[in-house]
Amino acid sequence: MSTWRIARLVAVKDLRIEAHSRVLINQVLPFAGVTMVIFAFALDADSVLERVAPGLVWLATMFSLLVLVQRSFAVETDDGALDAMRVAGLDPKAIYLGKAAALSVELLILEVVLLLTAVILYRQTIPLDGVVLLVLTLLTATCGLAAVGTLYGGLASGFKGRETLLPLLTLPAVAPVLIGATRAVESALGTAGAVVSDGWPWVGLLAVFAVAFGVGGSLAFGPLIDE
Amino acid sequence: MDLEPSNSDIEDHKPVVALHDAVAVLGQFPALAGASLTVRRGEIVLLRGPNGAGKTTLLRLCAGLLPLVRGTGQILGLDLTTQRESVRRNVGLLGHQNGLYFDLTVGENVRFWGATVGATEAEIATAMERLGVADRLVDLPVRQLSAGQKRRTALACLVVRRAQLWLLDEPHAGLDASARDELDATLREAAGSGATIIVASHELERAGALSTRAVDVVAGQIYGEQS
Amino acid sequence: MTTIDKEATLQSNRSGTGTRATRILGIATIISMLWLVAFGLGFSPADRDQEEAVRLMYVHVPTIWIAYLTFVVTAVASGIYLFGRSKSLGWDRLAGASAEIGTVFVALTLVVGALWGRLTWGVFWQWDARLTTTALLFVTYVGYLAVRRLGGSHQQRARRSAVIGLLAVLLIPLVHWSVRLWRSLHQEATVLDSDGDIDMDGLMLFSLFVGVVAFTLFYIWLLLHRTRVMALEDLMEDRGLDQALSERRNEAASMNAAVPNSEEI
Repeated sequence: MSTWRIARLVAVKDLRIEAHSRVLINQVLPFAGVTMVIFAFALDADSVLERVAPGLVWLATMFSLLVLVQRSFAVETDDGALDAMRVAGLDPKAIYLGKAAALSVELLILEVVLLLTAVILYRQTIPLDGVVLLVLTLLTATCGLAAVGTLYGGLASGFKGRETLLPLLTLPAVAPVLIGATRAVESALGTAGAVVSDGWPWVGLLAVFAVAFGVGGSLAFGPLIDE
Repeated sequence: MDLEPSNSDIEDHKPVVALHDAVAVLGQFPALAGASLTVRRGEIVLLRGPNGAGKTTLLRLCAGLLPLVRGTGQILGLDLTTQRESVRRNVGLLGHQNGLYFDLTVGENVRFWGATVGATEAEIATAMERLGVADRLVDLPVRQLSAGQKRRTALACLVVRRAQLWLLDEPHAGLDASARDELDATLREAAGSGATIIVASHELERAGALSTRAVDVVAGQIYGEQS
Repeated sequence: MTTIDKEATLQSNRSGTGTRATRILGIATIISMLWLVAFGLGFSPADRDQEEAVRLMYVHVPTIWIAYLTFVVTAVASGIYLFGRSKSLGWDRLAGASAEIGTVFVALTLVVGALWGRLTWGVFWQWDARLTTTALLFVTYVGYLAVRRLGGSHQQRARRSAVIGLLAVLLIPLVHWSVRLWRSLHQEATVLDSDGDIDMDGLMLFSLFVGVVAFTLFYIWLLLHRTRVMALEDLMEDRGLDQALSERRNEAASMNAAVPNSEEI
């Protein structure tokens, strides 16, 4: 059984679970939406909100990432399924890539919804010439977030205190993504005078990050979930 | 139904399990404190013993889930210290948890496991029929099943994987009488086709009738006829 | 170290983990620290613009340099543990001890840096590239230390920590790159750049050099002691395992007297 085949099976399995349970739609999206609303309460100035809207989108994404990762591994530990996959001798790389892929899909949906929410709540507009940059940013940032989240989620899932260990490990690790993705989206939307061409170096950084952690993560996942 | 193990590369005279003075720890506690056991192909071995004796740890060790801290061990000719990953592929473990995904249906669970070993649709269907989870239950989410039905689903997942060594931890728990009979029949057939089975059970009479040999696990060590 | 060697160490060092080597090293550290005080506070001149506040640099800069050194040591030791054949726990202890010391040094860097910022520009913190990266570095290694405390057997801890240690090293250049690029967008950053305005004359450079030497010696001294303490802790746990094993075996023996003979069925 090739690694890619197993990864595909795992990804489809995860997405099927989501389709049945609808946790993303019923719980995580509303949570992210509420976060966007309470940002407005905290920041209390329309001009400020408009200026920092891209950052708020990615902040809300970061917090939702933690929730999604916890969920992704809760289904594995509820009945010992991850252990069962280990016992079955499934290649941990495949498990990692599959779960990260499913997580990426969920994250992408989340990010699109958050962007639309920002358009509505924070009066953002998406200029046509920024669309390509926007799409590439979403794709590369998502892959990086999913790579880091799946890796540390797997590690944390085996221990008590996983709810606090996960943010401690994940948030510093995704700081480069937060920085890069926010700057790139600012360039795509033209926030505070940024232009689209400013965004490409950031996309480059996001892509390198995604590849680095994708490769590193697939190698590290096995030892980290093992006993 | 073909329950023949998928990889019959172990000669009949070589033991399937060969543990000598094995020590395995849970944290700092030596759950297994020097256990020795030899099991040959086709045997059905019953592990008896009180709770806390180390039966579960012994099964998890043989499944390649736990590291061997002291002593030596070979499973299916593979060394437990250096070839743990390879051991896992050929072994099936049914522990206290069932390894199921609560949000997926019975059919989806069994198909997932079957797909990971490349089982055909027919083999998957037969496994489910054999364990009595086809027809009525196949499209029910696992969450809605009784404990016994979940157990049978988990066994179907195990059966479809065609492992050479089956490790079962209290498999009869939660099953009614007819389900237990079915399970015993399945186990006998598997053993007849060349699988080796180790069962930990409190059901001394039933498991005793099923097994070819019984050993006692007491405070991390094994007593009784060890080979 | 074999169990017998470790036992010997335990026996001979009842009063602690000091040896002749650490005593010499300790004295050398004290002497170089005194030199640092002398040069840092006394002989070196005050800066034109920053005046006396510049003297904090003689602590601030060495601590961050040594911190980076400690993290390199952690990464290398982690790599050797993970990819080497011997899987000797000494490498894991080296990685862990080095990271602990490094984390403390980074904290020291941040605190001294904050004081320096307050004295020179009136602010405890600024979001320039170096400080931001340092802050993230700190949190990353706090995470590494948290992973070390997750429990399990020594080998499990070692393997897990080694992987996380290597991942941290993967992360640092990415953090550096992103933060540098970020702060370069904000022109004001260069004005507040930590040591950009300091004209380093010979005596100041020498004081800085003394600082580096002093803190390096301090690091090695701490490292030796800490790794030895960790070895003793591990040894104690191993002994605990041996004891637990014999207790469990005795328990089995006494219970077995009451267990009926098993039968061939």
